[in-house]
Amino acid sequence: MEWSWERIPAEYLVTDVFVCRQGKVGKRKGFLHVKRGRVEGLGVGAPTLEGVPVLDGGGLVLAPGFVDLHVHFREPGGEEKETVASGSRAAAAGGFTSVVTMPNTDPAIDNAGMVRYLIQRGNEAGLVRVFPTGAVSPGRRGEGMCEFGAMVEAGAVGFTDDGSPVRDGSLMSGALKYAGHLGVPVITHAEDTTITGGGCMHAGYWSARLGLAGMPRAGEDAAVFRDIELARAAGGHLHVAHVSTKGAVEIIRRAKAEGVRVTAEATPHHFSLDHARCRDFSPLFKMSPPLREPDDVNAVAEGLADGTIDCIATDHAPHTATEKEYQFDQAPFGVVGLETAFAVGVTYLVRTGVLDLGGLVACLAERPARVLNLPAGGLDEGGEADFVLLDPEQEWTVQAADLRSRSRNSAYLGETLRGRVKATFLRGRLTWRDRLGVQE
Amino acid sequence: MILQRKDVLGLEDLSAEEILGTLDIAGRFRAVFDRPVRSVPIMRGRTVVNFFHEPSTRTRISFELAEKRLSADIVNFSTVDSSFKKGETLRDTAENLAAMKIDMLVIRHSSSGAARYLAEVLKCSVINAGDGAHEHPTQGLLDIMTMRQRLGDLRGRKVTIIGDIAHSRVARSNIWGLTKLGAEVTLCGPPTMVPGALAKLGEHVKVEHDLKRAVADADVLNVLRIQLERGAGKAFPGNREYHRMYGITGDVVRGLKPEAFIMHPGPMNRDVEIASEVADGPRQVILDQVANGVAVRMALIYLLSGGDPGALAGGAQ
Repeated sequence: MEWSWERIPAEYLVTDVFVCRQGKVGKRKGFLHVKRGRVEGLGVGAPTLEGVPVLDGGGLVLAPGFVDLHVHFREPGGEEKETVASGSRAAAAGGFTSVVTMPNTDPAIDNAGMVRYLIQRGNEAGLVRVFPTGAVSPGRRGEGMCEFGAMVEAGAVGFTDDGSPVRDGSLMSGALKYAGHLGVPVITHAEDTTITGGGCMHAGYWSARLGLAGMPRAGEDAAVFRDIELARAAGGHLHVAHVSTKGAVEIIRRAKAEGVRVTAEATPHHFSLDHARCRDFSPLFKMSPPLREPDDVNAVAEGLADGTIDCIATDHAPHTATEKEYQFDQAPFGVVGLETAFAVGVTYLVRTGVLDLGGLVACLAERPARVLNLPAGGLDEGGEADFVLLDPEQEWTVQAADLRSRSRNSAYLGETLRGRVKATFLRGRLTWRDRLGVQE
Repeated sequence: MILQRKDVLGLEDLSAEEILGTLDIAGRFRAVFDRPVRSVPIMRGRTVVNFFHEPSTRTRISFELAEKRLSADIVNFSTVDSSFKKGETLRDTAENLAAMKIDMLVIRHSSSGAARYLAEVLKCSVINAGDGAHEHPTQGLLDIMTMRQRLGDLRGRKVTIIGDIAHSRVARSNIWGLTKLGAEVTLCGPPTMVPGALAKLGEHVKVEHDLKRAVADADVLNVLRIQLERGAGKAFPGNREYHRMYGITGDVVRGLKPEAFIMHPGPMNRDVEIASEVADGPRQVILDQVANGVAVRMALIYLLSGGDPGALAGGAQ
């Protein structure tokens, strides 16, 4: 039997690849043997298996499918920005095989029925595993607690009012304790809005120069500090979303050393771009938390390198072209990120020497899966065959028309990045194949 | 060509030569004001739209007068934020205006960056009449014109701007324009209103929170309007405290260099940022600023519409 991209066989070998797992890229070429959606075997060399079709990997890197702990798929209520189906296509194109959705939809994901609905929508799209988080409070209003128990049974992997912080400290404390006993974290959008309120970019030189209201670092640092102290006392698991300040990195580093059960993620834009990008008032650089200063960008990258920050998460936040036509101070916060995450990682972390390729892949696969204890992110014999083929050297220019998300609000439009996801497989089935620049 | 550009969005973008060239033309227009017939026919048949997306009286009237004195056709179009809900974007408005074939758009908007955005999407010339807390270039030019009338060359001159610099587009345009012409700028006000980061805007920009020190060797005080509705209680305790700490009183003026003078972009809060005694006193040049405002706006409109400075020499004298 021959290998066929059009009809992926139930059993096949991928050969001529450098297998990357557990933070290391194999020095010698190896293979992956897939059978009925599972990893039948993997290792160095290339076994001969009679009758098993062979996909020649052409020297690409074969890695576990990526896991994104932070995406906004906007369904229900924001389907003009993104749906579970369109978001899944974007995820697959970015090499992701598992995503964790945020519950700030309309209505919010604040009950077990909504959790089941999202999982079902994910299964219908069939391109990526969808792991929903639930809201901390009904309607994300910051008052009272959702039925965490029923939602965890339905498949919720964590709780967050992301997009907004949980302002009420006693609610946060209760949520940490209660979720902790169910074995799932509370994910904090750490922002003291009494400090940042009304701001639309980082408070610093550029906000002063441009005449835009600033969001001081202290708004994030104070909120991270509060939530860590609450977690220390409550004993639950706190996960800090989208860390963007050097202060927050330092607070988390210290808390980890002291044994607090805290994990953290950082977005590609926070380890690659700084506030000077806002100089032309383009809302493509408006996000919350905002792009900070170069020493914050470096601190976030170092946090990823030393493990203070556990993983990369995109905070994929689609918005329509119309919304991004608003003036900077009026436009919504957020940028898409699924389809550029790997390339931004290669360009800004690997090529700068902060991480090696194995380390970057770990930040995108094994490490995020471990944070939420997800059955994903690894490549192990007998495990599910979620994997990607990567070309870490290919250069490409980010163009709106090439993005598969329903929204094109990328902070990297027009930028040439290095590193390309060539193909993505979920349970052994092809979910993405790169045709960029290929004449067929 | 004095202005090699389609738009004037801020003094940050203009060179010293462009600023001085524009002020030279403005001076010639200013001379026309004292004639019995104050208008010149050089913009006849051209359409200028004044699009004010934020309440304004003075700036709008000044632009209108400038346009009328150039004999342009004028359309005034005002909205307040509440009528501009989501769904109607600035782009929609801009494209509608463009479809009606206009020659120039004057825009005042509450969002920083709005003028630049319109300049990118429109083919016609755009003049920024104030965008958020970003820039107000015509105010900057008229302030500089007023200073130059008294002081001549501004190189080495010391200008102190007092007020809520953080929220002031007037301050930013002054800073850019003045530093390009070689003046030294001191920004003064409480730390809540004068972020230290502003000192990084230029080698000759400094921040001084103490009023006495800030004005000691100043040639000019540019006193900004305190926005009573903005930040009271957070940025400063109240008007009485502001007046005590930063108000330009007779005592402050008496301590200045003898030839130093006082400017204010208006409208004034009497006895808050400026004492009536000073506002009505001999050291202020506030009405010169107002008159210069019309001349500066005439000059910009004229130059952006391709006016030839040589031709003006005969016509305006």
